[in-house]
Amino acid sequence: EDRLLTEPLRHPDFFNVKELFSLKDLFDARVHLGHKKGCRHRFMEPYIFGCRLGQDIIDLEQTVPHLRLALNFTAHVAYRKGIILFVSRNRQFCHLVESTARACGEYAHTRYWQGGLLTNAHVQFGPGVRLPDLLVFLGSLNNVFEPHVAIRDAAKMNIPTVAVVDTNCNPCLISYPVPGNDDSPAAVELYCRLFRMAIVRAKDKRRQREVFQELQ
Amino acid sequence: LRLIYTTSVVQRKNVAAAGPEKYTEAFIKKQIEEFNLGKRHLANMMGEDPETFTQEDIDKAIAYLFPSGLFDKQARPMMKHPTEIFPEKRKIQWGEDGRPFHFLFYTGKQSYYSLMHETYGMLLNVQENQDQMSAQDFTPEKEKKNLPGSRWLTKMELEEMLLERLSDHDYSRFIQLLQKMVALPYGTNEEKYMQKFSKEITVQLQKVVIDPLQYDERGVAFSTADGQRKTARATVVVYDNGSGKITVNGVDALHYFPVLQDREQLLFPFQFLDRLEKHDMICTVSGGGRSAQAGAIRLASAKALRSFVTEKELEFMRQAGLLTVDPRLRERKKPGQEGARRKFTWKKR
Repeated sequence: EDRLLTEPLRHPDFFNVKELFSLKDLFDARVHLGHKKGCRHRFMEPYIFGCRLGQDIIDLEQTVPHLRLALNFTAHVAYRKGIILFVSRNRQFCHLVESTARACGEYAHTRYWQGGLLTNAHVQFGPGVRLPDLLVFLGSLNNVFEPHVAIRDAAKMNIPTVAVVDTNCNPCLISYPVPGNDDSPAAVELYCRLFRMAIVRAKDKRRQREVFQELQ
Repeated sequence: LRLIYTTSVVQRKNVAAAGPEKYTEAFIKKQIEEFNLGKRHLANMMGEDPETFTQEDIDKAIAYLFPSGLFDKQARPMMKHPTEIFPEKRKIQWGEDGRPFHFLFYTGKQSYYSLMHETYGMLLNVQENQDQMSAQDFTPEKEKKNLPGSRWLTKMELEEMLLERLSDHDYSRFIQLLQKMVALPYGTNEEKYMQKFSKEITVQLQKVVIDPLQYDERGVAFSTADGQRKTARATVVVYDNGSGKITVNGVDALHYFPVLQDREQLLFPFQFLDRLEKHDMICTVSGGGRSAQAGAIRLASAKALRSFVTEKELEFMRQAGLLTVDPRLRERKKPGQEGARRKFTWKKR
């Protein structure tokens, strides 16, 4: 039982998330495109490669290790049977994100966020609720271009977050930020695909190992 | 360190604010077993067959064994199937390991949002269909199947279906989505799905059925009708080939109604139709006062004359107000006032 949980932690990339994507894939999915320089957030400056004709370009050389860390962390959480909640307030991708979550067997919240969902959960849902163990943001801002309330609430409730931060987002309270485009359909589809593959891989491995241990 | 998993002593549990109790599936199953066992015991006690013991028999047996003088029916002892007592939505929504069953559980309104998700999926399918058809150069046949006999579900009905509270905004969004889907060409492909959310309106033709004339032993046509006014109720039989005689409660009308006004009321329908000395009338009237009884007989006789009269004359009668029930009733006296409207005399000092 202990070996099941401690063994994956010894390897830096136990689930081999490196092979899920390459820099070229990110470039083809237009992940490097940011917003205009007027929308730039001060804390995103280290992640920006440069500015072309007024549009910021995100440094993909930095995005790749960040994304690997994020996918690795998600896979480990899924391996340990944690609850993953996909959050996105972008109406264009609401259906896509919900279908991705359903396909993984995890949870999604792409609708209006009620204030006390995480902080007041025992009153809203009932005593004995289990809160999510990881929040994955596929769009860090809400519809009024302000940072999503869930980032702050997750930080309050000690829940780790993985977020795709665009050039106008604040990466401060996020545990695993992934600088990248959050507005193009191609980019968001890529992220959904990557997260789904990582989670499915982790769950399969867990099932395999449990069966293996039972046989022993 | 996660501060969420603390003991219940540290989490100040406000029991009142905890909300309604939640029930697990195992608990409800046990309750159902106990109910079935109890039903068989009850049937044995009453000497009936346990196999054919229905809910009505249970209610009668309980009312017999535990007679209660309480007025509130819901305060009396009752034995019902657990699914009726424990409402569906209060079941706990997560399994033993804590993982919720529904993938949209953390939104709060899981049934409503899953409905929106499904409907949006259908809309996307329809749009894909449309794109494929236009790629193959099929012009969409604009068959506007505007069936006027159907309506969308109301907010209450949708709430009942989803077992969740909805806001007006949510409801209007859902209806807009459905309408959008219907408005697209090829939108009617998903009819089966949409039928779940539409209801038929049966057009009710409210035509008043006029009774046909009846004939008694002598071959004389007659018709019966009822009328009311204030608290008076009257039943009237109008005979054809008469001479204008009116009998009220076994007594002649002129003796029963000494006042001219009442006599005029009695004769009004006949005078209006120019049939003053052509019909005989036998009435029975009770309740009310002098004027009320006269009004009741007038309404009853007008109703009875409908069978003798043409459609045009019927319309004239209706417009004259002969066939309308007078809705005015005595208004109650209110406290702090002398009558229904009259206030006590206002004294300046």
